[in-house]
Amino acid sequence: MSTALPAAFTPASLDYVALLPVLIVFGAAMLGVLVEAFLPRSARYAAHVGITLVGLVAAMGALAFGAVSHRVATAGLAGVGGAVKGSVIIDGPTLFLQATILLFALLAALSLAERFGGVGADAFTPMGAATPGSPQEAQARKVGAMTAEVFPLFLFSVAGMMLFPAAGDLLTMFVALEVLSLPLYLLCGLARRRRLLSQEAALKYFLLGAFSSAFFLFGTALLYGFAGSVHLTDIAAAIAGQGSALDGLLVPGVLLVLVGLLFKVGAVPFHMWTPDVYQGAPTPVTGFMAAGTKAAAFGAILRFVYVGVDRAAWDWRPALVVVAALTMIVGAVLSVTQTDMKRLLAYSSIAHAGFILVGVLSMERTGVSGVLFYLAAYGLTTIAAFAIVGLVREGGSEATHLSQWTGLGKRHPWTAGVFAFLLLAFAGIPLTSGFTAKFAVFKPALESGTAGAVLVVLGLLCSAITVFVYVRIIVLMYFTESPGDSVAVVEPSVFTTVTVATGTLFTLVLGVAPASVLLLAERASQFIR
Amino acid sequence: MNQFPWLTVIGLIPLVGAVVLWLLPASLIDRAKHIALGASVVTLIFAVAGALQFSTASKDKFQLVEEHSWIPQFGVSYALGVDGIALSLILMSVILVPVCLLAAWNDLPAEEAHRERHYFALMLVLETFMVGVFAATDVFLFYVFFEAMLVPVYFLIGQFGGPRRQYAAVKFLLFSLAGGLIMLAAVIALYVQGPGGADGFLLTKLAGIQLAPGTEKWIFLGFFIAFAVKAPMVPVHTWLPDAAAESRPATATLLVGVLDKVGTYGMIRFCLELFPGASQWATPVVLVLALVSVLYGALLAIGQTDLMRLIAFTSISHFGFIVLGIFAMTSTSWAGSSFYMINHGFSTAGLFLVAGMLISRRGSKRIPDFGGWQRVVPGLAGVWLIAGLSGLALPGLGSFVSEFLVLAGTYQRYQVVAIIATTGIILAALYILLMYQRTMTGAKPESAAGTPDLSLREKWVVAPLIALFIVLGFYPKPVLDMVTPAVTTILTSIQVSDPAPVVGAAEGSTK
Repeated sequence: MSTALPAAFTPASLDYVALLPVLIVFGAAMLGVLVEAFLPRSARYAAHVGITLVGLVAAMGALAFGAVSHRVATAGLAGVGGAVKGSVIIDGPTLFLQATILLFALLAALSLAERFGGVGADAFTPMGAATPGSPQEAQARKVGAMTAEVFPLFLFSVAGMMLFPAAGDLLTMFVALEVLSLPLYLLCGLARRRRLLSQEAALKYFLLGAFSSAFFLFGTALLYGFAGSVHLTDIAAAIAGQGSALDGLLVPGVLLVLVGLLFKVGAVPFHMWTPDVYQGAPTPVTGFMAAGTKAAAFGAILRFVYVGVDRAAWDWRPALVVVAALTMIVGAVLSVTQTDMKRLLAYSSIAHAGFILVGVLSMERTGVSGVLFYLAAYGLTTIAAFAIVGLVREGGSEATHLSQWTGLGKRHPWTAGVFAFLLLAFAGIPLTSGFTAKFAVFKPALESGTAGAVLVVLGLLCSAITVFVYVRIIVLMYFTESPGDSVAVVEPSVFTTVTVATGTLFTLVLGVAPASVLLLAERASQFIR
Repeated sequence: MNQFPWLTVIGLIPLVGAVVLWLLPASLIDRAKHIALGASVVTLIFAVAGALQFSTASKDKFQLVEEHSWIPQFGVSYALGVDGIALSLILMSVILVPVCLLAAWNDLPAEEAHRERHYFALMLVLETFMVGVFAATDVFLFYVFFEAMLVPVYFLIGQFGGPRRQYAAVKFLLFSLAGGLIMLAAVIALYVQGPGGADGFLLTKLAGIQLAPGTEKWIFLGFFIAFAVKAPMVPVHTWLPDAAAESRPATATLLVGVLDKVGTYGMIRFCLELFPGASQWATPVVLVLALVSVLYGALLAIGQTDLMRLIAFTSISHFGFIVLGIFAMTSTSWAGSSFYMINHGFSTAGLFLVAGMLISRRGSKRIPDFGGWQRVVPGLAGVWLIAGLSGLALPGLGSFVSEFLVLAGTYQRYQVVAIIATTGIILAALYILLMYQRTMTGAKPESAAGTPDLSLREKWVVAPLIALFIVLGFYPKPVLDMVTPAVTTILTSIQVSDPAPVVGAAEGSTK
């Protein structure tokens, strides 16, 4: 039970090359804080955008260098007696997800920085602390204030996301969880328009997020009681070892930790926050959150489930099967009744979380690679889709009600065409990344046995339901006569254009020629235990 | 043998044409349909040239084979190849496309000319997928084309169709996708049961695998439901009349004439070839459903007042015959069904396209709005009659040969079924002749005076079709020669032999 204190202080052996990408992002975030403090207001926007983009690209470079030169190893405390016991484990899945998250972040940063000709980032309020509609807010707008601190907040969140799937013990995982979540809570509350909705979203997200963190911590405590350690490898060893009087703590511990993690991916019944937060948050943040949080949290789930508690799968798997089934059904069915584009995409993201869980449950290595691929494909499509949602406006504010999208195909054929294509990808039509991704998670699930087969059939039925939803939007955009033309697509700057184009391109390429990325995911699918 | 990728090129030309149309500068926009027609004619030329490379004497199961690894992680290959059945269907498709493009020449009014390139480009994209779906010899690749085909058709109906086009388009898409997703589960399950590996989806790898009977039945059902929706068979046929009635005649032709063939083609290529045991298990039910389709489709056709819906219901009846022939599993009935698919394509094209000419002149699809028109447009009336006669399988026209072969082949094994199905022919005469009578005979309608008869363009639309009716009626040998080796190969591989001919009263017949 008791871990004896080491006789002397042993410094942690850190592999800085492997950690460099995360460190760079953290560094850029710190630099952003300094910019906010010391630079004059007029210079901040350019400085922030520069630092963010350079930081992300540099992190990508470092990641590529580390991956290519095979400096993939564990970082943190060196193993005792050959056993890997790192707090931060940079292995295949981590590298793949970190690269994915960095790519998401780069695209999201571009869409975050969109100004539409204004002074600051268009999506964000000039003064977050002011009461909505108050004189202070009007004053802030008049003097051209802006909440440029969104950029460092965003970078902190990115760093947290990169750390999340790499966490080798539950405490590090918890820290990463908070690092990624806290800035997101703030970012959600900073929308320029519909301030009250945005603040409500932030508060809701924060309260429920705090709850889920508590669940996670309680689960961690129980697992510590069971295994005498918070390291995933120790927990795995304890499960494999002799039983003890404290065995009863294992299953509750695992389930509670999973509650905390499933909350982040928006799995039913921990999904209540998703539609409200997606709707209220500034649209670029929503896109980033949908893509990035999902990738990071599924990375953590994969590591926890495959490295930590896979030997006890018989005990917790039935619960997760039920969650996956519910997630798909609720996400698909409720998306049918939505009338707001952002809420609709939120329910769609819930359904997608269910599909991904089906892949997680296969407990095969091919399942891991399928999930990795799905996360990358879904995220890129999502970021592009939300970037487009941010462009469609009526009288300056976003036209998110579905009825406002009628006839868009006639007036803005390119925008509507791209959006329709992205919707087809969400629906999983062949030759889009959505189809390849679904195939990648359903195949291992079908191989894994009866429960998997049932889930796959259920998943396909739910896909059929979601197809109806997406097709309805295409009908609105193309086949319905529009009542007026007050809804227009604002002219995007090069930033948003790049985001949309890249996301769409990946959606197409991963559908038509996915072999190389699949190979990458396959090679990256081995966890270091 | 030959290294030239015939099938890829045939499939690619229309796609290139479509891309050219979409990228066309505004100054050339009124040239869009000429470019589209050109692309489809070039495709036809290449297809004929490719067909000349095909040898009916070859022992190979597939010819013009191309095979490349596509997604090795999933076991997917880009594998194309044709046997006689597939090749004849491809030829039918690439003949129909230019005919349809020509028929659709003035479909869009002048004020919508800017949408014209979109309309024609979608048809070209559809042609690419049609070639692909018949040429695919990899189950996954087939599935990809099978689903991807829905997208252009969906837009063709939804954007360019009639007043209830939204409803029809969505209904079409949902029916097809639901079927397709069930099939997807079966596709994955088939791979899991098969040998696996980096090319585990190849038909040649999957043919003849041993499946547990229970598994085989499930996977068979997954495929069969998708194909039954596509074909369409009663009771999953309800999308077809709506889709056909709300789409333009050219779209309806491609939809019913070609797309629905994917269903019956799939039954031969996948259901029977991969799951012979389960197919025999399902035969009684399928035969009954096919019979119901034959009779129910014909009866409903008699009752229709909408020209397009009427033709759609005749097709449901015809598809009943095709499915009947397939599941009777004799070499005669198979040759008949394969040939029927070709003839049905042309005769449906004749009916839909000529109906389109009538509808555009009258401005209405309702049969009661016509009457006495043979006095107004005698040329058109003559063409209408010939198309109709092809639809009722008049001896001397191609459809007669195929219908006869189906019934004769079915009789060898299932006498009662064949006899009941024969009544479908009588009903066919009824619906076609009634339709002709109601639209064409009677007093000369004063309101329609001065309506122009067939234009030169329209003559070019119907001439190839009528020529094909007659040629295939009097000299069906080339097509039959093409499909027979394929039929024999498949029947041998699934170890089905024809019942021995019995002289006199057959044993077991109902007396």
